[in-house]
Amino acid sequence: MKKFAVVAAMATAFLGSTSAYAVDLEVTHWWTSAGEAAAIAEFAKVFEEETGNNWVDSALAGSGTGANPVIISRIIGGDPMGATQMNTGRDAEELIQAGLMRDLTDVVADMDLDSFYVDPKLLDNCRYEGGLYCLPINIHSWDWLWLSTAAYEKIGQPVPTNWDEYVASWPALQEAGILPFGLATGWPFSGIPGVLMSALGGPELINRVYVDKDPEAVRSPEFRRVVEALDSLRQVVSPETMVPSFGDVGTQLLEGTAAGNIHGDWLAGDLQVAGGVPGEDYECLPALGLGQQLGGGGDSFYFPKLPEGTDPAVIEAQAQLARILISPEAQLKFNMVKGSMPIRTDIDLSQANPCMQKALALLPNGLLPTGDSNLSSDAQQQTQDLNTEFLDDDSITIDDYVERYASIIESAD
Amino acid sequence: MADTAAPLAMGAERVDRPGLLQRIFLHNVPAKIAALPMVATVLVVFVGCVAWTIYYSFTNSKLLPTGKFVGFDQYERLFATSRWNVSVWNLIAYGSMSLVFTLVIGFILAVLIDQKIRFESAFRTIMLYPFALSFIVTGLVWQWIMNPTLGLQGTLRGLGWTGFTFDWIANPRMVLFALLIAGLWHGTGFCMVLMLAGLRGVDEEVWKAARIDGIPTWRTYVSIVIPMMRGVLVTAVVIIGSGIVRLYDLVVALTNGGPGISSEVPAKYVFNYMFSGGNIGQGLAGATMMLLTVLIIMIPWAYLEFGGKGRRT
Repeated sequence: MKKFAVVAAMATAFLGSTSAYAVDLEVTHWWTSAGEAAAIAEFAKVFEEETGNNWVDSALAGSGTGANPVIISRIIGGDPMGATQMNTGRDAEELIQAGLMRDLTDVVADMDLDSFYVDPKLLDNCRYEGGLYCLPINIHSWDWLWLSTAAYEKIGQPVPTNWDEYVASWPALQEAGILPFGLATGWPFSGIPGVLMSALGGPELINRVYVDKDPEAVRSPEFRRVVEALDSLRQVVSPETMVPSFGDVGTQLLEGTAAGNIHGDWLAGDLQVAGGVPGEDYECLPALGLGQQLGGGGDSFYFPKLPEGTDPAVIEAQAQLARILISPEAQLKFNMVKGSMPIRTDIDLSQANPCMQKALALLPNGLLPTGDSNLSSDAQQQTQDLNTEFLDDDSITIDDYVERYASIIESAD
Repeated sequence: MADTAAPLAMGAERVDRPGLLQRIFLHNVPAKIAALPMVATVLVVFVGCVAWTIYYSFTNSKLLPTGKFVGFDQYERLFATSRWNVSVWNLIAYGSMSLVFTLVIGFILAVLIDQKIRFESAFRTIMLYPFALSFIVTGLVWQWIMNPTLGLQGTLRGLGWTGFTFDWIANPRMVLFALLIAGLWHGTGFCMVLMLAGLRGVDEEVWKAARIDGIPTWRTYVSIVIPMMRGVLVTAVVIIGSGIVRLYDLVVALTNGGPGISSEVPAKYVFNYMFSGGNIGQGLAGATMMLLTVLIIMIPWAYLEFGGKGRRT
């Protein structure tokens, strides 16, 4: 009798929680830091308000290296989620080729994407044989130098306005016991060589290395300058001073215990959550204060094909979410919190903070290609291994680095 | 068993003689049916997956196992990769030290506990406790203890001992020893319990006889007790050895392969290239090499252990 009551109670609870039209849509992503989580919650809010469906949030830890494999293996293994964040790139391309992703052409047919997307090149990564398989929802860029106002107050120098001035200030910082360059362990280092390459080497070098995959470009004097900068960087970074996560570097910058950091624009979200005010507590220099273009990649959403027999309402919810993600309202709310640039040109961004304004000013110059979207993850893993090794092993000379990088680029596809 | 069964079967079916096949398949049918699930598991899961792994290590498969046959390309690249080579040497260095120290320390602890001491079960529990923790927890605990600024070094320096240095975890030359400390802390207790069981299995009469002959205690252990514990020793070596080859989670939690690539291990390389690197061919080539290494060690040993008739233990 008692058992019966429990079952009955559970059944009513279950029925009560799902109204006739509301369905659950599972969304996977790896936005787990404080700033990022606040941003994705904005999407969830708009989605639930407008459609009445439930956004089932499956945040995965470990970013591109930890979460991406989980997402891929779930899709390959026949347990797809309703929608997922994924980096546009070669991995996604293979999943599209294998027919595991939903074609969104019809879903967004009446929205005229080309009229409002900032850079049509963003969508190129999503197109495959006439179909559209993903939607870039923001432009994120690694190309930022973050500087601590407090640290420079301590040594009585003005905050640098570009990379060269910043490097020149290192000896004074070290003398004052301030860490010239704050760094987190693990993946945050992997983005730094690319940033140096686009800022110090310029658009031509980036194109020749990432797009043409020309090993001679790697052996050029321009690339050498990049490696020299990396070499000077490893002199001021040591394993003992590294912190566990990039959010901790943000804290170091606000406290003034570290003077600077190269990290993607998503650090801005964390700095904001921690109470930092751009221009007062920290300075941001896009393209290290040297370049005129940002390297941009899209964070994109993919909608895996759901298995046979899925509730049609869930499939409809996929389409609704796709349209909402790129709607002006959701775009504005999401990107304001995240600190990244929206993909739409037709929304009012006058409230954006000074860092975002700087980035918006550079957008009309077009975006630089990035390693993320042009190299296979195999080649990326190899360059990352090389960078990790170079950072800690001073016996690898600049020449060794150049040769090994050239051979990776040569065999990259 | 087989000798008595064969004449019976022949007596029952005198007309058509049972051939070899019939003997294999029809003899003791219930036992064979009972063993079928296990046989199927071994064939599909172990043999099948190993064959699959080896086959795809010769292809240029990227994210999905769909590549073309490319011969030894993946292996050429593997052996030219400094990260793989460092990983292999790390595993050899860590493995040999870990094997020796775990056995020696485990045995010594077992001997000490075997001296009919008080609170034996309390000591046994304390020593075995680390084994109940996962490698991830072990790694994180030791990461905090050995972290130069937050852990032991920082604390002792804060207390006034400014010259104290214990930065193994951040020192490329010493990081393997940092791993070894955590590994030994985790594994010796289990080895001790195995050894203790072995020691308890030695008959008291043997000890009495040795004492009457006036043989010193250490000599009794080395020349009589250890040879009698052969079975336990083999078990311990196999368990410790398999733990060494699949060393992965401790490294991920404790150092994540760092500083640089100085504490990388083969299993981590395989995992990275299969999943985050999206290069199944390369990952499986690494996995095949790991299997080959194990076989190179295991086959001569298995041959000696089980090969000759009449030498079975």
